[in-house]
Amino acid sequence: MRFSIFNLAAHALTGHRRWTPSWRDASPKAGYDVVIIGGGGHGLATAFYLAKVHGITNVAIVEKGWIGGGNAGRNTTIIRSNYGLPGNEPFYEWSMKLWEGLEQALNYNAMVSQRGVLNLCHSDAQRDAYARRGNAMRLHGVDAELLDRNQVRAMAPFMNFDNARFPIQGGLLQPRGGTARHDAVNWGYARAASALGVDIIQNCEVTGLLTDNQGAMTGVETNRGPIRAGKVGMAVAGNSSRLAAMAGLRLPIESHVLQAFVSEGLKPVIPGVITFGAGHFYISQSDKGGLVFGGDIDGYNSYAQRGNLPVVQDVCEGGMALMPMIGRARLLRSWGGIVDMSMDGSPIIDHAPVPGLYLNAGWCYGGFKATPASGWCFAHLLATDTAHETATAFRLDRFATGDLIDEKGQGAHPNLH
Amino acid sequence: MRIPCPHCGTRESQEFVYRGDAAPVRPADDGAMFDYVYLRDNVAGVMREHWYHAQGCRQWIVVTRDTRSHAIDHAEFAR
Repeated sequence: MRFSIFNLAAHALTGHRRWTPSWRDASPKAGYDVVIIGGGGHGLATAFYLAKVHGITNVAIVEKGWIGGGNAGRNTTIIRSNYGLPGNEPFYEWSMKLWEGLEQALNYNAMVSQRGVLNLCHSDAQRDAYARRGNAMRLHGVDAELLDRNQVRAMAPFMNFDNARFPIQGGLLQPRGGTARHDAVNWGYARAASALGVDIIQNCEVTGLLTDNQGAMTGVETNRGPIRAGKVGMAVAGNSSRLAAMAGLRLPIESHVLQAFVSEGLKPVIPGVITFGAGHFYISQSDKGGLVFGGDIDGYNSYAQRGNLPVVQDVCEGGMALMPMIGRARLLRSWGGIVDMSMDGSPIIDHAPVPGLYLNAGWCYGGFKATPASGWCFAHLLATDTAHETATAFRLDRFATGDLIDEKGQGAHPNLH
Repeated sequence: MRIPCPHCGTRESQEFVYRGDAAPVRPADDGAMFDYVYLRDNVAGVMREHWYHAQGCRQWIVVTRDTRSHAIDHAEFAR
C-alpha cells in the first residue's frame, strides 16, 4: 500500500484503527541468494537497493534483536557531507543526494530536514582549517559557506559570544546538512524492502558461518536454524570483530561506546545543527522539541552499551561553555551505543578475504548520515562484485598498503578519531 | 569507572590515559608490523589492557577488565 493523502483521509474516517503492519515479520526460509547479517539502517538500506536497483529480491536480513533496537535507534540523527578528503567526500555527498530523494523513493516520511550544519571555529588556525575543508567540499560540488562572527551571531544569537578563552570567530556552514528521524529511516527502508520481497527476520542471531570444503561461504548458522546463502553480507557495526572472528578474521577495528543525550521538550530554540569547535559538543533540536546532543566517545574498549559519568560531565561542560541557556533544561535520557572505531576513522565496504563474504564495517560514530550511500554501495558490491565509484577507497587492505583515509590525522589510535 | 592503581590505590578513570589491548607485542621484523599496528582481537569479555596514570604516578599499568560490563578485576604494573 502506498501512503497518500487519500488513504490517510480514508483511514481518518475509521479512526486510524485499520492500519496494517508496515513490513512482514518473516520466518527464515531454507536459503536465499543473499543473506545480510544485521537489521540496522545499513543492512535494511542494502536489502532495499539490492531489490530496487539490482533486481535481487531473494534476500533475507537476519537481526539478532528487533528492527531499530541497535545503533539505528541510538544515534543523534545528523546528516551532512562536510568531509575534506577525496576518499570520503564523494561518498558522503552521494549519501546526501540520496537523503534528498529518500522520502519519495521510499514513500515514507523520514522527516529529512535540511536545517543546516554549522561547525564553529574559535581561532585563526581553526578558521584556516575550515576554509580549507570548505574549499575541498566546493571542489567536489558540495555546498559550503565560511561565516564570520556576525553571520554566526545572526544565526544563533543565544550563544556565548563573550567567552574570552574560546571566542566564536566564525564557522563553516553546510546549508544542505541537517537531521532526519532515525526510526522513520529504518521503518521506511524496512517497509520498502519488505514490499519488494525481502524477508526481515527478527530475533535471529547468527551463531556461526557455514563454509564448503574450499572455504567459501555457503550460509549462516542461527538460533533459528541454518540458512543457506549464495552471498553473505555483514552490516553489524559495533560487533563486526565478533562476527568476523567466526570467519577466522581479525579486523583493524576496536569497539567503543558513544553516549548521547536528550533534554525535555522545549519550544524551538536551536536553529540547526551546531558544533562547538573548542570542546567536543554538538547539538540539534528534534521536531518533538528535545535538545539532542553528544560529544566524545568514552575512549576505552566497550561492548556494554552504556558509558560513564566523566564523559557526561565533559559534554555538559562543552554545552554550558557554548550556550549557557541550556543549563535551565533538564536532561531527560542518555544512552550508549557500541561503535566500530576503525584504525583511520573511516569505514570499510569491501570483500572479506573469504569467498562469498562481504564486509560493511568501521563506521566509527558517523554511520547514520552514511545510511543511504552505505546501503547503495554495499548492494552494488554484493550484486556486481565491484566497488561503487564513490566507495573505491573503503578497502580492507588500505591499512596494509598505506592508503589510509585519516580525516583527523591521528594515526592508528581508534579512541582518538 | 574507578581503576585500582597498584601504586596510588583506587583512582577515578579520568586520571588515566587509555592505550588499549596489552596483548600485541612489538615485533622484531617489519613483516609483522602491520598486524601489530592495525589488527586487534577486539575482545568481548575479559581483556588485559594498558592504561597510563598520567595524573598520578605516571606508571604504565595493565588492567584486567570485562569489556561487556566494565567490571575491573585487578591491575598490575606493566613490567
